[in-house]
Amino acid sequence: MKSKKKAIESSNNKITSIIICGVGGQGILLSSDILCTAAFLAGYDVKKSEIHGMAQRGGSVITHARFGKKVYSPLVEEGGADFILAFEKLEALRYSYFLRNNGTIIVNELQLPPTSVLAGERDYPANIIETLKKFANVDVIPAQEIALKLGNVRVANVVLLGSIARYLKFPEELWTEAIKENVKPQYLDLNIRAFKQGLSIP
Amino acid sequence: MFRIERKILSGNEAVARGAWEGGCHFAAAYPGTPSTEILENIIKYPEIYTEWSVNEKVALEVCAGASFVGARAITAMKHVGLNVAADPMFTLGYTGVTGGLVIVTCDDPGMWSSQNEQDNRHYARHAKIPLLEPSDSNEAKIFTKLAFELSEEFDTVFLLRLTTRISHSSGIVELGTRKEIPIKGYVKNIRKRLVLPAHARILHQVVEERLKKLADYSEDFPYNRIEWGEKNLGIISSGIAYMYAKEVFPGASFLKLSFTYPLPRNLIKRFAREVKKLLVIEEGDPILEQEIKAMGIKVIGKDKIPLCGELDPTVIKKSFNKKIYKPQMELKDVPERPPVLCPGCPERGVFYVINKLKLTATGDIGCYTLGALPPLNAMDTCICMGASVTNAHGMEKALGKELSKKLVAIIGDSTFFHMGITGLINAVYNKGNLNLIILDNLTTAMTGHQPHPGTGRLARGEEGKRILPEDVARGCGVEFVRVVDPLDLKQTEQAIKDAINFEGVTVLVFRSPCIFLKKPKPYLAVDPEKCNGCKLCLRLGCPAITLKKIESKEKPVAYIEPTLCNGCDLCLQLCQHDAIESSKNE
Repeated sequence: MKSKKKAIESSNNKITSIIICGVGGQGILLSSDILCTAAFLAGYDVKKSEIHGMAQRGGSVITHARFGKKVYSPLVEEGGADFILAFEKLEALRYSYFLRNNGTIIVNELQLPPTSVLAGERDYPANIIETLKKFANVDVIPAQEIALKLGNVRVANVVLLGSIARYLKFPEELWTEAIKENVKPQYLDLNIRAFKQGLSIP
Repeated sequence: MFRIERKILSGNEAVARGAWEGGCHFAAAYPGTPSTEILENIIKYPEIYTEWSVNEKVALEVCAGASFVGARAITAMKHVGLNVAADPMFTLGYTGVTGGLVIVTCDDPGMWSSQNEQDNRHYARHAKIPLLEPSDSNEAKIFTKLAFELSEEFDTVFLLRLTTRISHSSGIVELGTRKEIPIKGYVKNIRKRLVLPAHARILHQVVEERLKKLADYSEDFPYNRIEWGEKNLGIISSGIAYMYAKEVFPGASFLKLSFTYPLPRNLIKRFAREVKKLLVIEEGDPILEQEIKAMGIKVIGKDKIPLCGELDPTVIKKSFNKKIYKPQMELKDVPERPPVLCPGCPERGVFYVINKLKLTATGDIGCYTLGALPPLNAMDTCICMGASVTNAHGMEKALGKELSKKLVAIIGDSTFFHMGITGLINAVYNKGNLNLIILDNLTTAMTGHQPHPGTGRLARGEEGKRILPEDVARGCGVEFVRVVDPLDLKQTEQAIKDAINFEGVTVLVFRSPCIFLKKPKPYLAVDPEKCNGCKLCLRLGCPAITLKKIESKEKPVAYIEPTLCNGCDLCLQLCQHDAIESSKNE
């Protein structure tokens, strides 16, 4: 892998911090891998932090990703995220305290009730999108629907990745290369199509 | 033009890369979060012999054997794994090495996937072995490589300490090439490797001399470095805490420590003299802080920074009353989303029956520990690997054998091979009435499906010798041994009843593969007209089953989410109203 170091020499040391969150099993780790590869190929220093093991069993999952000229902490501080990419609405709400003022939340139009809601002990919060809109720019993405149309609901994660790529302004060929680095060859075509669908959302 | 190849690697991948570049010949480990991916990545380098050993003590001892004959060897384990391997580690601290020997401990501050928050930096002092603490992936690679060389140079085992946020964080690593080192061969040396008291007394003196030499080396270690900034604030830090501190105090002077036992005392004194106020920012116990305070230097540390839990930039800011972001909205009413047993998990039926029969159950370490959560509530204890077996034996012996009619011990297949067998032998030998349930899902599930002796496959996927838990049980003298399909609820209940009513030790092996190892069966569906909303199926705690309101009925009825259901049929067996059917019959 060759990185384009020149690309950032002119830029200042603004660090971009992104929180990616959702439910274990939604493909969050793959999306954050592709995102960080793309940032690396664009010439940035990159750090990412994630959690494996017990927490992954259908539990709430959060990944921190940061890139810039020089990044120390792999963790985003509270109120420090430029973007939150949420694979599920409740998880968008749960981690919304990471968002900085005027930050953007990109949220999948999907509702997965946790066990306490299933058992009827708790209610799934109503009007999450409206709540988030009170303090953030909210971009709702029907990723499940788009992925289903592509023939495989499992690529909703890469549709969502495409939707955040609209804000990050890396050249498209870097994304394609980053996807190639992280996806098995037999799924490459499907994932690239899913990414392009996300990228072309108006 | 010469160009350095760079790649994004996790801390664990970087350790594996460092082992390969450092000429490592031999690696053995038992999986445990957050350490597992170290061996999983070493497996990718064909030059290194790798094995999944049955536990951490075994892994370290086989690595020591490799070192005896002059091979470079590495073992990696989670923090509590080092408790298991502590016995050989302490004595290897005396004997030193022949081939370089590196122990990687991956601690879990915050207990993301662990039962305690122990700080394994204590072990370095306790076992008198040097300690390296990387702060990111690049250092993880460099330090691993260096540890082999230093291990041989100073004739000592090296401890390399990572934490979850090093192991599972990724960053850019500069790649190097492999340095081929010939394996030296075996030379008998009983004064070094046979620790009779007469030999060990001499070795202890060697250890103390070695520590002095290591302390000198620590002074010049290039990654123990001062980064001058403003001199009214100096910060001493190590590991991941250094990275957080750099963000919170960008202008301060830093003493970044990487070789943290023995400490570079002169370097610390020199730094302390130059700065007006001195902070020690470390995650976990006040280890640096106490040692620096004992040198007579005034520092601020754990009186401000929390000792429990993980650090992060926000926690450090709060500790020093720095301005932090205030959420614009108060987050309440956000239901938790804890981890759950997967839909279709073969262990679910066993837990359902244990709950139904109101049994007391000692538990063990694995994803099956989630059987303790409502609505299954099928586990009373969980201490450490193998303790289900021995705790149950102790409870029964102390309270009398009537208890055994209401008491079972639950252990997973991989955990049984790790540390369950000795407890089983102990119960048989001491005429116990242990009822052991082995949940055999044919893999080490929680850490990502590594093979173990019961699978008969080896680390690289090649065929090994398969050892069945039921054969082990019979070999240990257990008379009541039965293999049962846990996806058959009636059979499961009958087997557990038979076992608890049997006089003597019993072993039930519930064998059915983890859902990740097999193709899901057709999903199930509820006929809403037949369902009367009795909620019996909800007692399985399956994430695929929910309640749904329909127009024709007052009470909500059961609904099965087709994208989650794996078709295990447990709810179908439970339903009293024939309301659940397989989608294949549609």
